[in-house]
Amino acid sequence: MKTPNSNYRKLWIGIGILILLAPLGLIIPELFKAGGAWGEWGADEIKDIAGYVPEGLKRIAELWSAPIPDYAFTGWDKGVKSYIAYIISGLVGVVIVVAVSYALGKLLKKRNNGRAQ
Amino acid sequence: MHIPDGYLGPITYGSLWAAIMPIWFYASHQLKKTLKVTQIPLLALSAAFSFVIMMFNIPIPAGTTGHATGATLIAILIGPWAAVIAVSIALVIQAFIFGDGGITAIGANCFNIAFAEVLVGYAIFRLIAGPRSEAADTQGKRFLIGAAVGSYVGINLAALLTAVELGIQTLLHVGQDGRPLYSPFPLKLTIPVIMFEHIVLFGVVEAVVTVMVLIYLRKSHPDLLRRQS
Repeated sequence: MKTPNSNYRKLWIGIGILILLAPLGLIIPELFKAGGAWGEWGADEIKDIAGYVPEGLKRIAELWSAPIPDYAFTGWDKGVKSYIAYIISGLVGVVIVVAVSYALGKLLKKRNNGRAQ
Repeated sequence: MHIPDGYLGPITYGSLWAAIMPIWFYASHQLKKTLKVTQIPLLALSAAFSFVIMMFNIPIPAGTTGHATGATLIAILIGPWAAVIAVSIALVIQAFIFGDGGITAIGANCFNIAFAEVLVGYAIFRLIAGPRSEAADTQGKRFLIGAAVGSYVGINLAALLTAVELGIQTLLHVGQDGRPLYSPFPLKLTIPVIMFEHIVLFGVVEAVVTVMVLIYLRKSHPDLLRRQS
């Protein structure tokens, strides 16, 4: 029987390819002149659409500043630089997601073993 | 479909945090019982796939964008409760690190996408593909049809929940000046707009992604599909 790791290697490569292709998720919407997702606007955009920024919305929206907002880096938000930032963001995100999954998986496993013995 | 911070008032985001907690607890409990060490990489792969597939924004020309979630696909691959955890991990990291979806709205977004979409998508898949014991027939037509219909309905359910949660804000919270305090768009706007997008495009994208990955996996990893589903 093949070991799980060799079995999944191709799938990890697949995730890597998806990360490299991720800028298509920016480029294709740009080609079709499409904006962000409906109902996911920032305060400025809400002001343009609704004519004002709802009071509570503004307050809660300011609670958290994400370290890499919108998968972009400051000053790298257009053109090729934004695509590079998108790829790096994808990589960073996947590394964190995988680390958290492994940590949680092992934690749950350990607790289960502890109980079983 | 990732609700940002500020769109939901405390009643809604609080209720959905309260709802997702026992779901996470139950899902981890299920996972604890069934998870084998060899399956941990699969959990990580699933969470990574969900994270990265959500970066592929698909445009509605001159309109908005949306994306697939992988929720039903992951439920088919690793089981619904493991999928709840995998998709939740992706959503939580998106919120904290990338501001994609709000922190206060994590309960809502996880309830919609990682719970409702996963479980309903999976249930419909099962209904069409046949019970677990018979689903060894991953090569059959029913397997793919079940996956396509399940993932299509699943993402549309998540979209509907999102639309309702956004739309009820104008009913729940109004300032002294009579203006909405949070999401200012009423149900009669949020439901048609969000549902139209998902019924005509993003639901189809979800189904296509789900079926494509399954077609690939049943050739390259038939053992994985047989074992998991």
